Parts: sequence; C-alpha cells; structure tokens
Amino acid sequence: MHSIESFGTHDGPGIRMVIFLQGCKLKCLYCHNPDTIDTHGGKEIHIEELVQRAIKMKSYFGEKGGVTVSGGEPVLQAQNLIPFFKRLKEEGIHTNLDTNGRVLNHPIMELLDKYTDLVMLDIKHMTEDGFQKITGQKNKETTFNFAKHRENSGKKMWLRYVLIPEITNTPELLHQLGNYFKEYKTIAQIELQPYHKLGIHKWEALGWEYELENARENTQEELEEASKILSNYFKKVKIN
Amino acid sequence: MLVEELILERPEKREFTKGLWNTSINVRDFIIKNIVSYYGDDSFLVGPSVKTAKLWEVCKKETAIERKKGGVHSVDTETISGISNFKAGYIDKENETIVGLQTDSLLKRAMKPFGGYKVVQKALQEQGLKPSEDINTLFTKYVKTHNDGVFSAYNAEIKKFRSLGFLTGLPDNYARGRIIGDYRRVALYGIDKLIEVKKADLANITGPMTDAVIRLREEVAEQIKALKDMIVMGNHYNLELNRPVETAQEAVQWTYMAYLAAVKEQDGAAMSLGNVSTFLDIFIERDLQSGAITEVEAQEYIDQFVMKLRMVRHLRMAAYDEIFAGDPTWVTEAIGGMLNDGRSKVTKTAFRFLHTLYNLGPSPEPNITVLWSPLLPANFKKFCVKVAIDTSSIQFENDDLMRNLRGSDDYGIACCVSYQELGKQIQFFGARTNLAKTLLLAINGGKCEITGTQMVAGIAPCNCEILDFDKVMANFKIAMKEVARVYNDAMNIIHFMHDKYYYEKAQMALIDTNPDINIAYGIAGLSIVADSLSAIKYAKVKPIRNEKGLTVDFKIEGEFPKFGNDDDRVDIFAHNGVKDFNNELKKLKVYKDAAPTMSVLTITSNVVYGKKTGATPDGRPLGVAFAPGANPMHGRDTNGAIASLNSVAKIDYKDSQDGISNTFSIVPKSLGATEEERIDNLAATLTGYFEHGAQHLNVNVLDKETLLDAMAHPEKHPQLTIRVSGYAVNFIRLTKEQQMEVISRSFHKSM
Repeated sequence: MHSIESFGTHDGPGIRMVIFLQGCKLKCLYCHNPDTIDTHGGKEIHIEELVQRAIKMKSYFGEKGGVTVSGGEPVLQAQNLIPFFKRLKEEGIHTNLDTNGRVLNHPIMELLDKYTDLVMLDIKHMTEDGFQKITGQKNKETTFNFAKHRENSGKKMWLRYVLIPEITNTPELLHQLGNYFKEYKTIAQIELQPYHKLGIHKWEALGWEYELENARENTQEELEEASKILSNYFKKVKIN
Repeated sequence: MLVEELILERPEKREFTKGLWNTSINVRDFIIKNIVSYYGDDSFLVGPSVKTAKLWEVCKKETAIERKKGGVHSVDTETISGISNFKAGYIDKENETIVGLQTDSLLKRAMKPFGGYKVVQKALQEQGLKPSEDINTLFTKYVKTHNDGVFSAYNAEIKKFRSLGFLTGLPDNYARGRIIGDYRRVALYGIDKLIEVKKADLANITGPMTDAVIRLREEVAEQIKALKDMIVMGNHYNLELNRPVETAQEAVQWTYMAYLAAVKEQDGAAMSLGNVSTFLDIFIERDLQSGAITEVEAQEYIDQFVMKLRMVRHLRMAAYDEIFAGDPTWVTEAIGGMLNDGRSKVTKTAFRFLHTLYNLGPSPEPNITVLWSPLLPANFKKFCVKVAIDTSSIQFENDDLMRNLRGSDDYGIACCVSYQELGKQIQFFGARTNLAKTLLLAINGGKCEITGTQMVAGIAPCNCEILDFDKVMANFKIAMKEVARVYNDAMNIIHFMHDKYYYEKAQMALIDTNPDINIAYGIAGLSIVADSLSAIKYAKVKPIRNEKGLTVDFKIEGEFPKFGNDDDRVDIFAHNGVKDFNNELKKLKVYKDAAPTMSVLTITSNVVYGKKTGATPDGRPLGVAFAPGANPMHGRDTNGAIASLNSVAKIDYKDSQDGISNTFSIVPKSLGATEEERIDNLAATLTGYFEHGAQHLNVNVLDKETLLDAMAHPEKHPQLTIRVSGYAVNFIRLTKEQQMEVISRSFHKSM
C-alpha cells in the first residue's frame, strides 16, 4: 500500500475511503502519483486492518460512497483484493476499482465479476502510437479487452479519460472514443480529467524528468467542447 | 406556576389549539400543539422587499463608517444603558417593519458599567472619550460593580492562576452572558400576564428566610421591576407589550423587543436568542393562511428582524479582542431539530432565517446553528448544507445526541455550542483553563514553566533524562486536581458577585423562577495534551531545562501517533483528558448548587493561550497558537478529513456536556466536483460524524486564496464570514495575527 485518503470525493460516487496501492507497470507521462509507480516501495498492511478502518468510516459513506482501490495499479494485487472486497461486501460496503485494465487473468475476473460494484477504467489513448507515447508500454488492446469483459458481465463501469490539449483532446480522438463505446450498456458515465501540472513536484522529488513540461492545461472552452462531443455518445459526461 | 383562566382572545383569527400553554407559562406546549412542520423545498422563498433593501443599504453604509473608524461608530457617554433608559431609535423609520435599537441611534454603543467601571473607562479612553462627570462620580464614589466585588473576594492563589494564564478569559471584568431568556413568552402571553405569574411565584417563596430564600425573593422582585420596565421600553416605540400579540408582525416585533431588553441591560459575552423560528412560524403560517399577509411580508419580517440582530453592539475594550475577536455578540439562534414525538421542528420560517444569508449576504450574526438529525426533512438538509457551502456562516450540532441525553426538545444554544433548555435552565459561564499548561506543571515540579512560580504543591521535581510516561501521568493528575480546585473557587466567587451586582433581571424574568443551573467550565489545549502524552509514551522525549530547572524545549526521538488520525493509541489521551478533568470538577461544590458541565472550546483564545504557554513535549514551540476547540493541531491530521473527524468524535459528550467544538475547513473542490456532489457529500459528512456521537461541527468551505486576498484587500470582502471555534466572524475584523492563525489551519484537500 502507498497511502490512504479518508475523504475521497473524486474517486467514485459519494465520500470514499481511497486506498492507493503501490506499483504500476505503466509510467504515464502525466502521472500525478508517480511515487506509487515503483513496485518495490510501499508498506504492507493486513486486510482485516483495512476492513476495520473502512467500517469506522462507513457512517460517512451514506447511500453512494464506499471504498475505492486505486494506485498504482490495483489489479496487480488482485489475489489480495479478492478477500478484501469479499469482506467489504459482507459489511455492506460499496467497492470500486480504479484501474488501467492492463491485465486480465482469472483472479482479476473473479475480483471483477464477484466483488467489484464499480470499475473505473482509464482509457489512455485511442491510437496505439498515442498509447505508447503516454504509457511507455505496448498494446492498447488489453484495456479494450478489459472493457469488453466488464460489458459482458453486465456490471457497472465508468470510463475515465485524461484530457490533454492536442495529445488526447482533439475532436477526432474524442469521436473515436465515443464511437468505440457507444453500444456499451454498462457505462454509466465518462469522467474527463483535465490535465494539470500539480504532480510535477513529485516527479522532481523522485529525480525523474517530466517529459510533458511543454503540455498546457485546457481552456474552459476546450473542456466544454470535449464534454459536448462526448455527450453524443455517453449517458453522462462529468468534468472532474 | 398554574394560572387560572388564562384564555387568550384572538378575534377574527383562527383559534390556536389549546393546551397546557393556556393554563401555565409553557411555550413548548404551544409549539407542540400548533407547529406546522414543513417538508417542501426552498422554491417558495422570495428576495428582500423594497423596504428591506433600502434599510440594508443604510446599514451597509453605516457599518462601513464603523470599520473606517477602527471598529466603533459612536458611543453615548451620558446614559447608563438599561431596559428603558434610551428613547426610541430608528434606522429609517418609514421602511422599518420591525423597530427597535439598543440606543437612540444605529450602531451607537452604550455604557453598561455594572460589570466593571474600569472596563468602560478604558473602552471609552481608547475612543478618546470619557464618561460624563455625573457617571464618573457615581461609579468612583458610590456604586460597587461586579468587578469590584470579585476582586474584593479573590485570594492570592486565584489571582496567580489568572495572571499567569492558567485560567483565562474569566468573566470577572465583563458580563457573563450565556443566559437565554425565553423571549417568546412576551409575544405569547404579553407582559401583564408574566408579571402576574411572577408575583404569584414571589408570594409562594416563603420562610424560613435562609440565604437562598432571601436571595430568590430579591431576584424575583428584580425580575418584576424589569418586566415593568419592558412595558416602558415598548411605549417608547408605541408598542403595547403588556398584551399578547395578535399578528405575525407583532409576534416578531414583541419577541425582538424582549431580546432587545436583554441587550440593553446586559453586555454578556454571548447573548443567545434561543429557538424562535419555530415559534414565530406558527403566527406567520396563520396569517398566511388567512390571507392577511403574503410571503413577501413574511420574509420581510424575518429579514428585518435578522438585520436588527446584526446591528447589536456592545462597548468593549481592545484587549477583549484577544479572547473574543471580531466584535462578536453571539446572537445564537438554533434552527431545525426534532420534537421528542418524532415530528420535525423545521418550518418554512427555518428556511426564511437561512435565506437571510442570501437576502442580506453572509454574516457572522446571528450565529445560526442547525440542529442536525438524520431524520430532518431531506429538502431542509439539502438547503442548509447548500447555505453552509455558499456562506461559511452556519454551524451544525447533533440534535439526537443532545435531545436524548439532556432531555428537552425545546432548547437553544447558549453562546457557541451549549445546550440550554429554554425558559427552564440557565448557565454560569466559566471561560476555560489551559490544560496544556497544566500538563507542564506535571513536568516542572508544579511550577509555571515560564516564570518558575510555584503553582501547585505535591509534585516532585523531575530531573530525569527522558520523560517517564507513568510519572508524568501521575503528576498530571495531581496538577488537574489542584487546577480544578482553584478554578472552582474562582467560579464560585464570580457568579456570586455577578448575581449580586449585575443580575440579569430582564432575562431571568423570562425564565421560570428558580431554574436548573449548569456551571459551564471549559478547557483549551486538548490536542496539545494528547499529542504530548503520546510523544512521551511512544517516542523518547528529552526535556531541555534552563538554569532554573524549567523546561524550555523538548528533544523528541522517534515517531509517535498524533491526534486527528483516527488512531486509538493517541485518541484515548484526548478522551481521558476530558474525562479526568471533568471528574475532578464534578467533585467540587458550586455556588447555588449548579451542576458542573465542561466544554472543549476556545473561541479565538487559542492564539493568546498559545502565547502564554511554553514549549510542549509534542514539539510545539513556546508561544505557538493552540488548535481551536477540540481540533487536532494544524497539519498533524494527515489521513484526511474523516480520520480527523473520527478522532474528535471519540471525546465523549457525556464528559463534556457544555460542548465539543470542531471546526472543519475544506476547499470547495475537495468537497466534490459539482454543486450537487458537494451538497450530498457535506450532508453525508455531517450524518457520518454525528453517527459517531460527535456534538458540533463548524463548516467552512473556502479557498485559502480567498482569505489571503481578503487580507490584502479587505475593502473587497466586507461580508466575508468564517467559522472559528463555535462562532463566526467577519474575517476582515480579525487581527493580522488571528488571520494568519486561521490561514495556517488544516484545510482539507483530497488527493
């Protein structure tokens, strides 16, 4: 585990306890939690301890909130998340997985199909070239296969998409995104994450070079335009 | 207090449902029989009337002049303030639907010298003024004040604890306040009836003439005089306060007049209003139903009433600002809550009160306090949370907790956070003791860590290299016991003298004869104590001592859990600190057999307390401000807002029934991405926090940048309001130091 935020309001519905796990196979150029990337850092914590912490926060969750596991990339620890989510479900707590969908194996499918109320799937880029530039890894298709699996399970999903002017925020790419997912029935909303530079100091602290130095933040008009395009394809578009 | 044949005549009006209220003084019964709970939304609300808008323009203009003059608009130096001593005063008569000012002119302050004459002299001197010759002769030669009385009885020990900052803010040179008159009684019964009942009470207070009986007879006689004086005050405004009201306008007017009598006579630190909105709604609803008035008029009454409450002023000297910054008056109005029978106390007038924060803009006064229950109507919950987000002007208290534990569903909030049953109960205000400094006594052989003065006997000097938890704890308990003893002594003297020299006859006239009394003790520095004990237990704390052997600093090796992270290892110290000190206080007999209660509340005194406190074992350097109320120390609650709230919720209300104040500041964006989400999330936060048994939450939804901008350009933010411990202030009226302290607080941001 990397850390816990007890008052998460931007990682799923309602008020959420957000657990940031340590370790990710991607290294996205804009990552705002780069300190969670290294798979060797973090601290171990007992599952039951986390469950107890969640129970103490349960009264704040209301009808909508619950627990979100984020990262890093949480599905790397799917084996451990299965008993964790199972316990949360026993306690009547809503579970949410914030993932890039890079891996899909049997334990992950079990986690998704049996114990995960909501998946927030991060779509990095609609083109293979763009995907590689952002993440440093190949094969964007794994994420789409992940989405397909979730769709076939009939369980709820949100998409998340980071908007960077010129890089991911172009009308062509947005239409491409919309067209790809427009038939999906499990997608309740798409969240647009406007690119910001708030994570830069963390990159500097790690001694890493921040390659997106020249990217700029979206203007209000650009955000609204993106939102308008996507609302042709999705039930709900939210700017986070 | 049975009154035969008290049948109120209300020609041409729908009759109210009768009950106990017709045969005894019982406003609660009137409410229960006649309340119209409201479950709808805010769509019925209207903007300010033309008259209201005009009046508010005058008020804004005059308050700007007041600010320009450094905080005081004008002062009357000829008249001793009292219930009927000033003739009528108006803002702009033809536009005033609700009339009445404390003096004969808007924002003009009055002398109330019975609390202490020196304070009045000082306050005037700071304005380049002095009291008239007559008054000066009177108060220097003939009249004894509360302050004179207290200081003739204080012993050397109390004076020492007071001057060295162990006990601070004691109401020994200013009025104690905290008493809430049941101002609704004047409207419901008229003063003639109230006099009749008090006279009957007086006749029934018979011998043997012990001290207590004599005192009570004198007090009731004073109350009757005050009631008669209220009629005279009403006459100045051509109001027949002797009779019960006939219309909604009169209900608001009479209730305000009763409150006005209180703030003409007394300048107590906190002069709460109670819970009038539910009561007033019954009259407003009746007049709306009969077609006598429209919503515009209904809102106008409330807007103008609230406007008047915002214009209440007391004459204070500058030093007062250290403890109670921003010229507060604590006109605390409790809104919402549930009846014991399960119905909601939310009425349309609850909405109308909150709506004044839009119609007149944000404001610290009246100190609007929402009594929160998960059972409140959903529409009201949404609305009051929206108002909190938009204005940072309101606070929330746990109605279920207080109602169930304390018993009544007809209560107001005294001062900041304290339950007080209306018309049946009063409080003796006790300011607070510095618990962090008390802990330092345990480490310094019972000596003041700054001056070396021996304060407490029986604590062995500690010369150990590393502080030993068990030893410190044992000494801390001795220190608490001794400080409690001196504190109790001081309180007994103060309240004895206040009753004797500055008795609240107007307010007490509107309360049952011989009511229940709570003494409201308090503590400051709780999170410092919890973190210090945690450091001593879980890390190695090495005291650095000066040549006198007093601690000047502490070297800490290793990590230790800090209060505010939902960690039982340290939260237990906060819980026990409150419990142990309260238990010490409970052992001590109080004047008039008042029942002890305690609060964890600081107002803005956390700054001055910090100044007077040396370095503490948690690593806090000498002079650094404490966290306000029961808040975790700034920046130490690192696991997010809920973990912070959960820590505070562990302090048991049973041990601190005067209240446990927590101030929650959050950046708007962190509360949610959209307005709808922010409303849902704040409502869920309140419900969650109170479900953990917590009592109070101040809510600020602000960016630090706004506050910094207000410091740089105060003229652009004349109405910027922020909640501090238990009340709200106009941010630009805080001192620079206090502003910086507010800015340095934890503003919760999610990642």
